[in-house]
Amino acid sequence: MRELICITCPRGCHLVVDDNKNVTGNFCPRGVTYAINEITRLVRVVTSSVKLTNSVYPRVSVKTKDPIPKSKIGAVMEEINRVSLKAPVKIGDIAIQNVLNLGVDVVVTKNIDK
Amino acid sequence: MIKKHYDLVVIGGGSAGMAGAIEAHKLGIKNILIIDRNDYLGGILNQCVHNGFGLTEFKEELTGPEFMTRLSDEVKALNIEYVLNTTVTSILPDKTIFASNRDGYHIIKAKAILVTTGCYERNAGAIMLPGERPSGVITAGTAQLYLNVYGYLVGKRVFILGSGDIGLIMARRLTLEGAKVLGVAEICPYSNGLNRNIVQCLKDYNIPLYLSHTVSDVKGSDGRLLGITISQVDEHNNIIPGTAKGFECDTLLLPVGLVPNSPLLRDAGVELSRNKGAIINERYETNICGIFTAGNVLHVHDLVDLVTKESRLVAHYINEYLKGNSIIDQIYRPVIAGDGLGYVLPHKVGTHPLNEVTFKFRVRRPVKDVNVIFYEDNQTIKSVFKPVLIPSEMTEITLSLDELKQFKQTINVKLEAKQ
Repeated sequence: MRELICITCPRGCHLVVDDNKNVTGNFCPRGVTYAINEITRLVRVVTSSVKLTNSVYPRVSVKTKDPIPKSKIGAVMEEINRVSLKAPVKIGDIAIQNVLNLGVDVVVTKNIDK
Repeated sequence: MIKKHYDLVVIGGGSAGMAGAIEAHKLGIKNILIIDRNDYLGGILNQCVHNGFGLTEFKEELTGPEFMTRLSDEVKALNIEYVLNTTVTSILPDKTIFASNRDGYHIIKAKAILVTTGCYERNAGAIMLPGERPSGVITAGTAQLYLNVYGYLVGKRVFILGSGDIGLIMARRLTLEGAKVLGVAEICPYSNGLNRNIVQCLKDYNIPLYLSHTVSDVKGSDGRLLGITISQVDEHNNIIPGTAKGFECDTLLLPVGLVPNSPLLRDAGVELSRNKGAIINERYETNICGIFTAGNVLHVHDLVDLVTKESRLVAHYINEYLKGNSIIDQIYRPVIAGDGLGYVLPHKVGTHPLNEVTFKFRVRRPVKDVNVIFYEDNQTIKSVFKPVLIPSEMTEITLSLDELKQFKQTINVKLEAKQ
């Protein structure tokens, strides 16, 4: 059994999902969809920043281009913390290709010329 | 090279300023200048590296820097003039602007001014935080700037007072960067953040949320924070004796609210409301003809998408003003916010509005199953049912010209439980 807060709308229904994936506590059907997704395919986009050299700014922001499994967030952060990029960088530049073989790149999210 | 005359000067090159300037340019206003004090456009979005922006503006989920780059790319593509590292020191009611930068002091005359100077953070003094003031007590936005732009982690053991979105987002960021976030205390019996952030920033990382709690003591040693005490509060926010809990921490983060950054407006003679934003009519014009305002300097928004939408709308009214279509001799009907409403914008509506008017408001506390009623005397002119309203989400209701015509002296707004 899992307890969740639905984030589909501001009402924020408190949902309960039992072991047979029955959802209760939802005000509307969207709560069921949300709850099932949250327990079967729990993924998040990770955003962070990496070291930048050759620039007045010591960091540049990055994100995983697609959502990754929530359980891998810690491991992906360790990879992100190992990266150093050199300016100039631009949005979409690949900071880490196919991070941890998850099939997702970590990409730059800011343009920094110098 | 700053010229002496512009049709429109936009003060503040963040998302509100850029979106307003872009829209004004598209409407045919060509002689525009954007002034910003930083050495980059984009304002606060530069440090908001998390995602969740752009779902309405660009129909995709973007990070803050990506969102603001879309706007700054457009400013550059349209050749809209902008100056960076330039501080506006004052503006006069005749729309003279005084600005200072490395080239010296500039006196600029504008036909219209759009003030989009954003907001600033409330701090320890503003909430009368008890106890000592050692190093390590820091506002959340400052910690965000240090971490995301300059790469400094502000501490290793962190407690957060305030559960607004910035606090929740920083709880996750600090955790991902290796700090231990011990908990988040919120004086209200409900969180002031979006549910999405409660789930993805606190629950994902098992960070406890202490509702109806506040910091009751702050202790330091040798100038550095040593620990804090939190206590439960009653319905009047008074501390309940015997509920104290201690936490050893080196950092106390204060995401305790944002205030419109409006001193430029105030000093120009613009009337301000209780929340420190300008008092505006339905065209987002202040009491000084030709001085307009939008974005967080007017009222603090939930999302940047709402800021840019507002600023684009204001650009249309600026265009009407520059074309001479403002009606300055009209009589204004004040908009009066009833019980349970924090504020309602605009503050007054003229007798000859150019278009329908979208009213924006916030409730003081969460309510369910209410009718939002626009009325005068005993006559209800519009009633809109809302299944749920929460303080952290701004609500919009639009009244048509026909509906607006029916108000004589005042436009009253109230909440009423649905029968």
